[in-house]
Amino acid sequence: MDDPNLIVGMERAEDAGVYKLSEDLAIIQTVDFFTPIVDDPYMFGQIAAANALSDVYAMGGKPLTAMNIVCFPIKTMDISVLREILKGGLDKMKEAGVTLVGGHSVEDSELKYGLSVTGTIHPSKVLTNVGAKVGDRLILTKPLGTGIINTAIKGGMATEDSIERVTRCMAGLNKRASEIMQEIGANACTDVTGFGLLGHAFEMIQGTGKGMTIDVASVPVLPEVMNFAKMGMVPGGTYRNREFRINKVDIDTKTSPYIIDILFDPQTSGGLLIAVSEEKAEELVKRLRKEGIEDAAIIGEVMGDSEERILVQ
Amino acid sequence: MRNIIDAKGLTCPQPVINTKKALEEIKEGILTVIVDNVAARDNVRRFAESQGCTVMVEEDNGDYRLEIAKGFPREVGSKPGEARGNDNIVIYINSDVMGVGDEELGKILMDAFLKTMIVAHPQPRKLIFVNSGVRLAIEGSDVVGYIKEMEKKGVEVLSCGTCLNFYGLKEKLGVGVISNMYDIIESLTEADKVISP
Repeated sequence: MDDPNLIVGMERAEDAGVYKLSEDLAIIQTVDFFTPIVDDPYMFGQIAAANALSDVYAMGGKPLTAMNIVCFPIKTMDISVLREILKGGLDKMKEAGVTLVGGHSVEDSELKYGLSVTGTIHPSKVLTNVGAKVGDRLILTKPLGTGIINTAIKGGMATEDSIERVTRCMAGLNKRASEIMQEIGANACTDVTGFGLLGHAFEMIQGTGKGMTIDVASVPVLPEVMNFAKMGMVPGGTYRNREFRINKVDIDTKTSPYIIDILFDPQTSGGLLIAVSEEKAEELVKRLRKEGIEDAAIIGEVMGDSEERILVQ
Repeated sequence: MRNIIDAKGLTCPQPVINTKKALEEIKEGILTVIVDNVAARDNVRRFAESQGCTVMVEEDNGDYRLEIAKGFPREVGSKPGEARGNDNIVIYINSDVMGVGDEELGKILMDAFLKTMIVAHPQPRKLIFVNSGVRLAIEGSDVVGYIKEMEKKGVEVLSCGTCLNFYGLKEKLGVGVISNMYDIIESLTEADKVISP
């Protein structure tokens, strides 16, 4: 692709594509859909929509319109389930100030739902996962552990309280976090999803020669996740993520192996991982917390000359 | 009689669920679980160890055979001490202050106790909070960060549910899990050592 207007394409593992329309306007496009992760169809709709919108927020952009993507087993499942899913998705779009403009559905043996989202951004304000500078602080805006709790839900081991908490966490929009990040000014951003915190953190330093430290004590984690990790409620994806990137990670000997699993746990609709200058980091966390993003925390730092390695301590 | 579960081809958490059911059905004995991937192997081993069983793993042509011993330590080739860690130390905290005397001093001491506990060797296996002690494990307490740090190092954190309800703090629990008197008594009676600051 050598189109000069293509600002962000497929070369790197980015959250969305960005295409320049004029000197002061670029369009952001993304698509994301998946199979149900919670039993409640209305909440699944909300989560799938929040997850798809997150890719636009991770670039620092503003989503404008969306289209539904539906795969539905109409012969075996009651249509009311689909209605609830679409209602959940629509409510989440309303909350985000996004207009639903259409969609497409196909018959499928397995239910899937998600959105194709279009947003806008000023071409000079685009945040990608490259751009973190040495000394930058890393801020995470949502707690980790959705993969492990979802596995415990499947295993019938999660309590009502933890189901409620993880559902609320996944359905939460990254909208305010993104807006505040843009107001204060950041150097790089991505959202934490399928590759887990360490997988996505590595994308920020890949090919740059820089490294980073992650301070495990500061990483926000959902309640009960540690317990479920100990009981073997760890999804296969966590093991695959760990296998894929563990050779890039140095681990302090005092760190529990369960923590490493949590750092590699695949997240559904996870938080933003933001690289921001040292001077602005405290201010950003303070603002995020003040506006209801209570779990936001500084969890690490970008280091120079570290041969693209992550130190977990 | 030997119990064998073939969990090949199953994805997580199903192998663990099958293991859990089978372990619940036997009081003591050996359960063999066969799995065909590393995730299932590690998850089943963790689950069994979290239930106080000892586990041996053998690789067999790309499959893994887990021998899980429940209710007694295995004699041959096993090291129960390794699986279960060192002494089972339980820290039992039944107040939000340490010692009897000036309230403010008590708070300072409790703060120092928990902060120092993070680096203590050996680490306790469990931290149990009852009565006004549960206030320490609440989101926003001065010491919740220390407790979280211990939890991240593998210490199990239990707070008494009756006490959380009594103080109206159930929604605010910031670390660990809500527990009950049955589990608390079991933790205390199974402990090699109980420390109460």
